[in-house]
Amino acid sequence: MAERSFVREVQKLRLGEGEEFSGEGILAITKALLQCGVGYVGGYQGAPISHLMDVLADAQEILGELGVHFEASASEATATAMLAASVHYPIRGAATFKSTVGTNVASDALANLASGGVTGGALIIVGEDYGEGSSIMQERSHAFAMKSQVWLLDPRPNLPSIVSAVEHGFELSEASNTPVMLQVRIRSCHVHGTFIAKNNRRPSMTVAEALENPRRDTGRIVLPPASFMHEREKVEKRLPAAIEYIRKNRLNEVFGGQGPVGIIMQGGMYNGIVRALQRLGLADVYGRTEVPLYVLNVTYPLVEDELLEFCAGKEAVLVVEEGQPHYIEQALGSMLYKAGASVRLEGKGILPMAGEYTGDVMLSGVGNFLRQYADEMLPPEIRAPNMPARPVDQDLAKTVPMRPPGFCVGCPERPIFAATKLVEQELGKHHIASDIGCHLFSIMPPFELGATTMGYGLGPASASAFNSPDAKRRSISFVGDGGFWHNGLTSSIGNAVFNKNDGVIVVVDNYYAAATGGQDILSSRAENPTKATKHPITEALKGMGVKWVRHLERTYDVGKMRDTLKEALTTNETGPKVIVASSECMLNRQRRERPLLRKAVAEGKRVVRTKFGVDEDVCTGDHACMRLSGCPSLTVKHLDDPLRDDPVAFIDQNCVGCGNCGEVADAAVLCPSFYQADVVNNPTRWERFRANVSRRVIGWLQARRESRRLIFAEAAP
Amino acid sequence: MKSGSPERPELVAGIIKLAILAVGGQGGGVLTTWITDLAQRSGWHVQSTSVAGVAQRTGATIYYVEMMPKDESQPEARPVFALSPAPGDVDIVIAAELAEAGRAVLRGFVSPERTALIASSHRMLAVSEKIVPGDGQADESILLQRAADASRRFIHFDMEQIAQEADTVISSSLFGALAGSGELPFPRAAFEETVRSGGRGAEASLAAFARAFDRAAGAPPAAGDAKEKTSFRKAAAVRGPQWLQKEWENLLGRTEPLPQPVRAMAVPGLKKVVDFLDCAYGAEYMAALEEVVASDRQDKGYAFSREAAKYLANAMVYDDIIRVADLKTRSSRAERVRQDVQLHGDQMLLTTEYFHPRMQEIIGLLPAGLGAGIEARPKLMDRLDNFVDRGRRIRTDSIYGFGMLWIIAGLRRFRRSLLRHKVEAEHRKRWLDLARSKCADDYELGVEVLKCRRLIKGYSDTHARGNSKFDRVLGCLPLLEGRNDAADWIRRLREAALADADGVALDGAIRTVQSFTEAAESTANFSGV
Repeated sequence: MAERSFVREVQKLRLGEGEEFSGEGILAITKALLQCGVGYVGGYQGAPISHLMDVLADAQEILGELGVHFEASASEATATAMLAASVHYPIRGAATFKSTVGTNVASDALANLASGGVTGGALIIVGEDYGEGSSIMQERSHAFAMKSQVWLLDPRPNLPSIVSAVEHGFELSEASNTPVMLQVRIRSCHVHGTFIAKNNRRPSMTVAEALENPRRDTGRIVLPPASFMHEREKVEKRLPAAIEYIRKNRLNEVFGGQGPVGIIMQGGMYNGIVRALQRLGLADVYGRTEVPLYVLNVTYPLVEDELLEFCAGKEAVLVVEEGQPHYIEQALGSMLYKAGASVRLEGKGILPMAGEYTGDVMLSGVGNFLRQYADEMLPPEIRAPNMPARPVDQDLAKTVPMRPPGFCVGCPERPIFAATKLVEQELGKHHIASDIGCHLFSIMPPFELGATTMGYGLGPASASAFNSPDAKRRSISFVGDGGFWHNGLTSSIGNAVFNKNDGVIVVVDNYYAAATGGQDILSSRAENPTKATKHPITEALKGMGVKWVRHLERTYDVGKMRDTLKEALTTNETGPKVIVASSECMLNRQRRERPLLRKAVAEGKRVVRTKFGVDEDVCTGDHACMRLSGCPSLTVKHLDDPLRDDPVAFIDQNCVGCGNCGEVADAAVLCPSFYQADVVNNPTRWERFRANVSRRVIGWLQARRESRRLIFAEAAP
Repeated sequence: MKSGSPERPELVAGIIKLAILAVGGQGGGVLTTWITDLAQRSGWHVQSTSVAGVAQRTGATIYYVEMMPKDESQPEARPVFALSPAPGDVDIVIAAELAEAGRAVLRGFVSPERTALIASSHRMLAVSEKIVPGDGQADESILLQRAADASRRFIHFDMEQIAQEADTVISSSLFGALAGSGELPFPRAAFEETVRSGGRGAEASLAAFARAFDRAAGAPPAAGDAKEKTSFRKAAAVRGPQWLQKEWENLLGRTEPLPQPVRAMAVPGLKKVVDFLDCAYGAEYMAALEEVVASDRQDKGYAFSREAAKYLANAMVYDDIIRVADLKTRSSRAERVRQDVQLHGDQMLLTTEYFHPRMQEIIGLLPAGLGAGIEARPKLMDRLDNFVDRGRRIRTDSIYGFGMLWIIAGLRRFRRSLLRHKVEAEHRKRWLDLARSKCADDYELGVEVLKCRRLIKGYSDTHARGNSKFDRVLGCLPLLEGRNDAADWIRRLREAALADADGVALDGAIRTVQSFTEAAESTANFSGV
């Protein structure tokens, strides 16, 4: 199961009318779904919405009571396709995933769904992974909303606003027969705050009731002539209905006074803008300000007359729109031009075109805008232009090391890449295609393996061009077990079989979708009461037609991993060579095993705990072992010895005894410094007896030798 | 970086802004939850955010909290808090590791007029610091200095150690340090209540919390905090049979007339050499050293002899299987392993050594003539290597495994007749002679040649790679002949050789040397015409 247990969070889903909910934004959305009488929820995990999926997966009891169907979908496309249940039936449904990567995958289903339209409210919650800490390409979800014409909500980043956006989202969807996307940025998902809860509601129609009473309407199916009608319906019926709903319910908010300038912003930008105004002396802690603000809690569609009204009589407005292209600013420009307005439109230019709008960016952007157009609003000490930025301390910049994410202590994927590096030392460099997942950390030092990443499950697909009888070398591509089941089996493996690709494919199987938080997938080894697990990847490969399949059940065997890779790269067998390298994600394994082991020790059972160590006087300080590991617990330290220049290797107390360092030292023939120490708790009597005999003999041998030589005191560590 | 915009802080003066910088997996999330809980318990408005996700996998992460007291006169009003820290606008920064404190300064979150910086002074090295063949560790003094300069208050001590000693994680000691700093206006009991409500492990957390609280509140470190390095060293200078001790005393006596800087290296050097073989080997070391000192120059502070004392000892103590077996079968080593795994009374310890000997190492163990004979026959070497070349896991808690290493270690006394010893002795002599001859014309160059010994380290291929770097650096000597910056160039070449494993930096440096020496030659040719 997942990395964490969510029992405490699940209890928050039970809060009733008038009780105060306190927790993270993403959990507030989960609660809001139940309050809105949602009938079914599907989604695919990924930061920042994994939490929603994990909590619902642990909330089967509540969902059962309410008659809500929950699915951990196979992909974002599956999750979005699931919303088809709201096409003919008045059932509210929600799908959730990471964006824009998930939206990319979902877009086929999204376009079909949007074309026919919906009867029951359909809400797509996209967790926007943009800006600092993001692990994906920097794009906007906004474009998807525009091209498929689904409405896009971007509420102010506080819990009451987000919860209200979920409620209005369903109603807007139903009022306009259009799916609605709710965009929440990564920090809003993780923001901790409070809101006053309402009772959970049973769906007005459950999926069970719908199944019992099937309906159909040819006019909702995407096929001519209906599809042409859909397009017209979108602009003639659904869009006006949506605008009417937005206006009537005042989804967009106006704050501030009657100044000569105004700021128009995406809802998600509100707190940052208010902070900038606070720092400029123009707003108080509660956000009360004289500067007129128009907050777009709905960023698509725009309500033209509201915008024109806000701009009327103003000298200049600033559009605060994060990311690019700047669709909102462009649309507003077109509206103002057609309306013959004279207001100055500012946005990109005063604010940077690309990149996250951080506090600093907003402070200087809003400051510059106001200095330029409304100097008199500013307190005198702030009217001065910006001072030059403080120079970066170059010494410090050189000293502070980069710290990108990497493999955890004991990660089973580390030895796979150590083996790959060893193979490359022997056979030369290869074209290596990477995929999405923790294994992508191979591109970082110390491994620096992998040339491209083209999408989830698309590692082998991205190497498909490299299939040439003229080359003496094969491509190597990686795909994780998560990516394998998401898309890889067909798009990568099936494609390689069909096109007789001669490359080598490594499936990194760690028993979970590990990078997204350790969710179960088809090949997971865990018992899961609500899911079918334990479907071997090797069987799927064979079923797909792969002839050459090797399965390693212990990735830590670096020598075997290296030899298998070598065999795959050199065998005369044609067609794809697939190696499945399986070992459990160490983070999840530790979370699963630790409490069990602790209990077993307490009960007097025999339990072995392993730790690795380095003999510091044997280590010569070359650090070759680190260049094949990068394990956080394998580190270096300076010895208190004037004869030594370089620090030696050392394994700290976080070691989980995976054995990678020892195996690498062996496979790469590095050095004999590593030792494995197995601590046996509650040893058996026979073990004790044998150990006693050994200890005596060894002690005698040591004493004998040590009595005949000089023994110097050890240098302190 | 902070753009330097003018601002007026009075309107938001009531908000306390707190940023936490940590390494993924360190427990920054737990600390954030605690701080949020603390403020909530105290009836304050509070908001916390983080960018969890993939950065949690050992990368640098930031958590952010804003809080302010509730205003009774407007109970319905909710403050608008920011979702991320802004440069120049943070009151308290907590860094769970020293380099992360540096990162906080670098990102502008620490300002001298307002920010209290609370940091654990321990280091978790980044991959880039560890993979350098030489010493890649960040300079801690720069980190400490800049953190102190940049902050209003800088509280730092090893909070990781406090946590470990209490058998808990660093979030407890960080929380304790925050409480002890007095930067948040909540009583100690409120902090402790928050920790207690966490349930499991609360006792250990509270113990670490208390110690860190006292340290941050200004109490001197408890007696146990100082690492007891010195007493350990003094405990046993040397022990052994009387007659050997006497020989040792004599040898030690020979270091007394050496100039002070040389002696500081000669004593540990002598220990290392005698420990490797015997007192006679120590006498060999002293004789060579005395010869070097005799021709050294006082006006140069005996720099050459000092480096010779250091690197000669390292060269004489080469890394062979006998030494490894010897080190791994000592009783002191067994004790060190027991300490490392914190063995308790009723537990049992099994130790497995990871060996991978190859034929090259085995022939080093053979008598010089026989070894050289086999080495000269590559086919035979390959055939024998088939038997030898594989990983061997040796259990040194068993009589068999230990006994095998014990016997190999016993070969020590035959070392002088073995092939490896002969090869090493010749190599050493060539190096020392080269250094001395260079030293005669260019003192600094001689010193630099000595220091190149640092390049030779490791076993097997690593050793071969080190040797080849050593050869390539010293191979540039003819190119540098007669130049007065020759010493400086050898130093640069050596540093380049230590910068990366594949010798990319070294290749570049050698090309540079070749280019300017060629340029010099061509000009010389022209003038000759």
